[in-house]
Amino acid sequence: MLLSCPIPKLDFDTINLGHGSGGTLTSQLLDAGVFSLLGNELLDKKHDGAIFNLTGKIAMSTDTYVVSPLFFEGGNIGDLAINGTVNDLAMCGAAAKYLTLGFVLEEGLKMTEFWEILNSIKAACDVAGVSIVTGDTKVVEKGKGDKIFINTTGIGTVHPKANIDMVNIKSGDKIILSGPLARHGITIMSHRQGLQFETTISSDSRPLNQIVLKLLDQFGDNIHLLRDPTRGGLATVLNEIAADAKLGIAIAQKDIPVEEDVYGACEMLGLDPLYVANEGLFVAIVDASAADDILAVLKQWNYGQMASIIGEVKADHPRQVIMKSNIGGHRVVNMLAGEQLPRIC
Amino acid sequence: MKYVSEFRSPEIVDALLKEIKHTVKGNWNIMEVCGGQTHSLVKNGLLNMLPPNIQMIHGPGCPVCVTPVNLIDKAVNLATEHNVILCSYGDMIRVPGSGISLLEAKAKGADVRILYSPLEAVKIAKENPDRQVVFFAVGFETTAPANALSVIHAQHEDVKNYSILTSHVLVPPAMEAIMADTDCRVDAFLGAGHVCAIMGMSEYYPVVEKYKMPIVITGFEPVDLLEGILMAVKQLENGEYKLENQYTRVVETGGNKNAMSAIEQIFEVTNREWRGIGEIPLSGYGVKEQYSAYDATKKFKIDIAESHEDPTCLSGDIMKGKIKPNQCPNFGTRCRPAQPLGAPMVSSEGACAAYYHFNLATELVEE
Repeated sequence: MLLSCPIPKLDFDTINLGHGSGGTLTSQLLDAGVFSLLGNELLDKKHDGAIFNLTGKIAMSTDTYVVSPLFFEGGNIGDLAINGTVNDLAMCGAAAKYLTLGFVLEEGLKMTEFWEILNSIKAACDVAGVSIVTGDTKVVEKGKGDKIFINTTGIGTVHPKANIDMVNIKSGDKIILSGPLARHGITIMSHRQGLQFETTISSDSRPLNQIVLKLLDQFGDNIHLLRDPTRGGLATVLNEIAADAKLGIAIAQKDIPVEEDVYGACEMLGLDPLYVANEGLFVAIVDASAADDILAVLKQWNYGQMASIIGEVKADHPRQVIMKSNIGGHRVVNMLAGEQLPRIC
Repeated sequence: MKYVSEFRSPEIVDALLKEIKHTVKGNWNIMEVCGGQTHSLVKNGLLNMLPPNIQMIHGPGCPVCVTPVNLIDKAVNLATEHNVILCSYGDMIRVPGSGISLLEAKAKGADVRILYSPLEAVKIAKENPDRQVVFFAVGFETTAPANALSVIHAQHEDVKNYSILTSHVLVPPAMEAIMADTDCRVDAFLGAGHVCAIMGMSEYYPVVEKYKMPIVITGFEPVDLLEGILMAVKQLENGEYKLENQYTRVVETGGNKNAMSAIEQIFEVTNREWRGIGEIPLSGYGVKEQYSAYDATKKFKIDIAESHEDPTCLSGDIMKGKIKPNQCPNFGTRCRPAQPLGAPMVSSEGACAAYYHFNLATELVEE
């Protein structure tokens, strides 16, 4: 990714402990870097916190980003940190408005890398229509971190027509997936040490707020639940829903979109795409009566061409997710005990 | 994936199932030897689609499952006490040793890395000349060539800080051990396709003759497995016993000569302990004496207490086909993937984990 703004002149080309001391170096980093790039009316006050009015029902969410590698096809830790929290709020039916931004920087992080990440944060904020209104920067000694960790906390108003709640789910509801599975996780895996294959797969990191708000505008309380299948993937989210709702979930493998190259990479790596992470995808549990119309709207979205009704909620087999395989057999899709581990052969 | 999709075709699967149902008359127990086949059977829901008089028995062909506790303890010891960079295939790291697993050792600060290829471990050794790097070389004949190549490669590149902790096991002696068990209920074997892709078919003729038992070398896709089962059932119904090759697109009669020559250069056949089964004579590979500089057991003084398995784990009986995973009293109660008593609950190729993950609700599913 090209730097959209030139890097400001700073005295050091790497982050050092002084940048987190609260002294001159901190000011220099913030003034020349963070504030100049992300500035807005609220942030520019440089107060200890942000003061603003919000009316209506409010949603709030926080997440911390520790991804390695920091840079990957389709994004970096910066836009991930914005999109992730914007999306968590979207899953509450809320339009994210203001975000906090906390950095834990490791001594030795290259200033050019930090600047590229900041630029991505700025770009992601612009696309999602959110502002950074307060933040924090800490620096830890070399070896005490992994270059950069980012925390974002977001706040936004809930769409007036939204009624997203686990208690709304009922037998017969349809399950819609907004796009193809496993892009983000496979992108990250292909960068990690030990993998010697090249792919053109890129992360699906993107904000979901606009499409979700559009759906809520049109379909309101026919949307019973929204979840984004990030860590642990689709299988984990569906299992959580089945367990919390005390209902069964039946899905069909043939209806679950996975792109050919992603599927091939999963096969080669011995991974099941159902458990691989996504960053720009959501699952909607919707009233059966509205499912086809919701799908039609979703398919009009730039990233929704592969959206699909992948299954339905059932009264049978409560707390279990059962998938009909492509060849007509059935299997339980369970929770994983830990991280998905590649098989030997 | 075009090439593979033909072997996942619902229409061909349906036709094969019909033919199997039409052909089978008796009650037959067929053992799929390889863990990859077990994984595919349960993942695709095939077990529930077969006629009830064909019972699949899940064999010992999951390398993670049969690696003895003693070897896990050695790997943990190398990682924690000898400060090596311990590299491993992914699903080995969660297998419980008699103390802790490699995953727990990692959490305690040991440098444990998951790799897909042992050649990557050689690369790590080159990049870290001041550290010792050990690759945990487990697996059947399938992974042996790559592990052997890593030693050849290290020697060629003069990488002296690299060695392997080997726990290679061989399929034919394991099949013989199962057949020799007086409680054996197996009527026919599906041979492990990828093992035969390396080793060829010749080793299996004597087994067929000695035990008068059909062996069908079989692949891993749904169509492969059903075709293999059909070929075995036809033999059984006709009272025949012969070696057949279903997996002709991959397995050549003579095997892969280059792979075999790499194995032969580095390894020699040794006795080997199998987790849950015990020692089987001449059932594994050890590093040859002239390559002992690359043998972690020779290179390091590994001082560990006598290893022990959990005595209540019935994995041996499961791997010999005496009981199904869900017939074990610990299944899903004391033994779960998050807290496995034995290795078959760890790897997704392990019969217990496969049943746990994919197969719990067999009775609940209705078409």
